[in-house]
Amino acid sequence: MTAVLSDLATGVTEQQVRAALGTVVDPELDEPVTDLGFVRSVAVDGGAVEVHLRLPTSFCAPNFAWLMVSDAHDAVCAVPGVERVVVELDDHSDSDLINRGLAAGLGYRGTFGTEAEDSLDELRATFTRKAHTAAMERALTALLRADPSVDLGAVTLGDLPGDAAAALRRRRAAVGLPVDDGAAVLVHDDGTRPGPADAAMVLRRARSVRISVDGNAHFCRGLLTTRYPGAEADQVPRPDDRPVLPLEVLP
Amino acid sequence: MYTKDGEQYYVVDAHIALWDARPENQRNVHGKQFIDCFYDYHRNLSPEAEVWDYEEYLYQGGERLMRDVFVDGIVDHAIFQPARLAEFYHRGFGQTEEAFALAQAHPEKLTYNHYWDPRDGENGLDALRAAAERMHLKGVKLYTADWHGESRGWKLTDPMAYRYLELCRELGIRNIHVHKGPTIRPLDRDAFDVADVDHVATDFTDLTFVVEHCGLPRLEDFCWIATQEPNVVAGLAVAIPFIHTRPRYFAQIMGELVYWLGEDRILFSSDYALWTPKWLVERFVDFQIPEDLTEYAPLTTELKKKVLGLNAARLYDLPVPEHLRLPEADETRTGPREPAAADLASV
Repeated sequence: MTAVLSDLATGVTEQQVRAALGTVVDPELDEPVTDLGFVRSVAVDGGAVEVHLRLPTSFCAPNFAWLMVSDAHDAVCAVPGVERVVVELDDHSDSDLINRGLAAGLGYRGTFGTEAEDSLDELRATFTRKAHTAAMERALTALLRADPSVDLGAVTLGDLPGDAAAALRRRRAAVGLPVDDGAAVLVHDDGTRPGPADAAMVLRRARSVRISVDGNAHFCRGLLTTRYPGAEADQVPRPDDRPVLPLEVLP
Repeated sequence: MYTKDGEQYYVVDAHIALWDARPENQRNVHGKQFIDCFYDYHRNLSPEAEVWDYEEYLYQGGERLMRDVFVDGIVDHAIFQPARLAEFYHRGFGQTEEAFALAQAHPEKLTYNHYWDPRDGENGLDALRAAAERMHLKGVKLYTADWHGESRGWKLTDPMAYRYLELCRELGIRNIHVHKGPTIRPLDRDAFDVADVDHVATDFTDLTFVVEHCGLPRLEDFCWIATQEPNVVAGLAVAIPFIHTRPRYFAQIMGELVYWLGEDRILFSSDYALWTPKWLVERFVDFQIPEDLTEYAPLTTELKKKVLGLNAARLYDLPVPEHLRLPEADETRTGPREPAAADLASV
């Protein structure tokens, strides 16, 4: 009851905090940490917020772990009325290092010292690019399944059904590609269009990216529920913009 | 030897370990975290009947290893691929002397591969030379995410690593098994990046680079490199147990590997004691690409024979009975192996 009264006084709610955390994406899996079940707890007390995150293994790559934890910190800080924020990563091989660095506001380089050279911008860009490549493949493959004679190189955003177009537009915007109806869907990483002879191979390579991203997402989701029994209740099924994924989990 | 429906399969398990992760060997919390991570992999991907208790998962010993790996005579030969992990375990994770003694006692069944680490410097080169002489090494297992003092990872392209690779060449150690883990330094880039494999495969064309876990979680990057480098091979450790929990994902992994690498460069591995080989071999022989995944050609019996043993036997000069041998596929050395089978309309 105290917590509820405090919430009313400051206006900060757990719902707002969770909504803010919903903008934090696992770059490798291209999904919000809230959908993946990576948010272990959210506690709100007046203007003070404490969030605990968890990952599928102790040895999940620390650079991705840092990105998610620091993004979560930034996102919660931006919620109106929030005065103090503690975000901690639990049960990770680098938990102490990351939690100390975050609490002290040391930043990426200050936290990791000699292990950090410059920034994680390039890493983030690599996976934003892969997220786009996978979305491009999903959209084109869905079209091809409906009509195998589709001219891959000629497909534009305007030709895609609403859901696929929206999912792809979001990821194109993230990598700085045009999002108008007339924009070609099949593109190289740099936005140029492959020639007719290369179109099939570009899609074929994109498929291996999509299989990899989706396969990793399912494995990580599964491992989280093995490590933290009951975590499946905190997971939201993979979104509908990825219906082509033919994965099954046997009972 | 495994026999099913009149077909005989010569089986090589290309990745096994004799580890000791018991609490008395754990040097710090990371030793526990590491084996717990393995145990979660084991519990998450194994059929219920194959799940072990945590206690028995910590250490198996040689006697049990022989029973587990060679039960029912299915596996003909197995290859140790040890991980040192000296920063996590007092006496290391892989038990070198115990495994080597076992291999000496059963030379027809076991091959011992050793490891090296470029951060051991000149002394490590001498140690490798001595180990090669004593152990008659045909291969090594490299774990690029191993910690070493202040360092938490290395790359195959590090100048000192080249010295070790040159020594491998000189000593006749031809099979370089590479396990990409979350290499820490530099943290700026993707820790699972396999680009360094591309460089060394080009510079050491007389060595074979077996990328364990077929590059997972970077299957796409691995396939792209491997399709261009004829001396890069995929190890199925950790990938093959998906055959149970996620058979369609496993079908896609196999489909991609066969498409980009061909049937002669994929190796079966149980990753014992992460999993045991028996159920994996049985499932793999019975496995087929689901019919609706028409973009991939069905897995032929010949392909399964190669993956299960003949490919590894070729790399390790194992004596496969004459009547079980198969010729290499008449395929391109680089580039996609069956572009005609790439039916883009289906997934």
